[in-house]
Amino acid sequence: MVFFSYVISGISLGSVYAIIALGYTMVYGIAKMLNFAHGDVIMVGGYISFCAISYLSLPPLVAVLLAMAVCTVLGVVIEGLAYRPLRQAGSLAVLITAIGVSYFLQNAAQLIWGVTPKIYTSVASFPLPEGLSSLGLTSEALVTIVSCIVIMLALTAFVNRTKMGKAMRACSEDKGAAQLMGINVNQAISMTFAIGSALAAIAGVLLCSSYTTLFPTTGSMPGIKAFTAAVFGGIGSIPGAFVGGLLLGIIESMAKAYISTDLANAIVFAVLIVVLLVKPTGLLGRYVPEKV
Amino acid sequence: MEPILSVENINVYYGSIHAIKGISFDVRQGEIVTLIGANGAGKSTTLNTISGLLRSRTGSITFQGEKLGHVPAHKIVSKGLALVPEGRRVFLQMTVEENLEMGAFTQNSSTIPESLEQVYTQFPRLKERRRQIAGTLSGGEQQMLAMGRALMSRPKLMMLDEPSMGLAPILVEQIFEIIRSLHAAGSTILLVEQNAQAALSVASRGYVLETGRIVTSGTGKELLASPDIKKAYLGG
Repeated sequence: MVFFSYVISGISLGSVYAIIALGYTMVYGIAKMLNFAHGDVIMVGGYISFCAISYLSLPPLVAVLLAMAVCTVLGVVIEGLAYRPLRQAGSLAVLITAIGVSYFLQNAAQLIWGVTPKIYTSVASFPLPEGLSSLGLTSEALVTIVSCIVIMLALTAFVNRTKMGKAMRACSEDKGAAQLMGINVNQAISMTFAIGSALAAIAGVLLCSSYTTLFPTTGSMPGIKAFTAAVFGGIGSIPGAFVGGLLLGIIESMAKAYISTDLANAIVFAVLIVVLLVKPTGLLGRYVPEKV
Repeated sequence: MEPILSVENINVYYGSIHAIKGISFDVRQGEIVTLIGANGAGKSTTLNTISGLLRSRTGSITFQGEKLGHVPAHKIVSKGLALVPEGRRVFLQMTVEENLEMGAFTQNSSTIPESLEQVYTQFPRLKERRRQIAGTLSGGEQQMLAMGRALMSRPKLMMLDEPSMGLAPILVEQIFEIIRSLHAAGSTILLVEQNAQAALSVASRGYVLETGRIVTSGTGKELLASPDIKKAYLGG
């Protein structure tokens, strides 16, 4: 029974990683850049929903939607102001800028909300049937897992079935050819940042609901873990982010339970290194044969 | 007759390299015009400049009376200009049909089924493979897909960049057969080729490029018969 509860907490943690990893992987897939400020957008989502609930007494669902809206705008603004001018620049310049944006967001949050951790009221707290809670399942874990599955399905349908989603895939393969089709590449990149950031807001709310403290660097570690998950699953691949996130969460939870809490992070990253040594493209990283 | 496309005195640079040095030419409705020349003569650069992927520092490109100099690349296709790029550049991870849908990105989605039907009639092979990932197609099939994808935008002028590159002789023949039939169906075509023999035999007119300049022009027949051209491009 205890084992089950570790599995469940691993899946729940992994679901949050997966939701964050989707943002990393989509942005990487299209803009070919690592947006290291993505983790801090999670933190902003956490603070916005916190303020909406604690100061404005808005209902949880409205708070979540507000956080999503603010983060969507934030993501698009970050892309437009910080990354778009560097479109022709080397990838190192973009990477350093992303790290700069990350520090900027953390410091801005410190100025606005202070360094004292806020105690977050869970937005997903409700009583579960006896049978479920005796397995170690919490309402937060349940909501997190269900959200992750719904997001995953919705996103897959979006990129495979809608015109905009297909255009985004075309951009991720060949921006020049996509432009020849009449696709506005800048618009597709903005769209990717908008979606990724809205997902980051959801991840922020879910993360804070499970772990209940909120401070300006709340997003850093989950952000890096989710980036790891994206690489683990195969960066650029949406199912890869899902699988990578879940596995990473379970490994971390098991390592904490059975090996050592202190070593859990080291174990997670060691697993990543082993996977990359064996399969450099990540678990689901695709290799498409090119015929010429 | 008023040209559908006229290129006047364009100069294109890659950094400090002067790739196109004052090229002028035009294409009239219903023609096949070809630009021939050796590797590095500036043929692809010219097409990429017309498509807006590259910019000319001087001169003008006029398509159906409208200057294209400042029109962004993604708005060119809706003007009726489609480029089948060098190396085909189909979306390898998307299916054949998705590639074709992307070709019709700027079109009203209600017109897509009809355009698809037309492309499938022209290229029955693509219909057989419509659910297949484009990366699994052969080189010749990918070329057909790239051409079909361009046709999906219902272009008034179709530009083909080295459609025969890397294909087996029998496929090259097939591609030129398709170019002839597109022309017969009313398409206006600007064709860039290294295979000068094949290009000149389908072309109404041709221009010969050497290191960024047009050195000769004439009808396809004239150029095929010219001793200089024979010596330089047709293997004696």
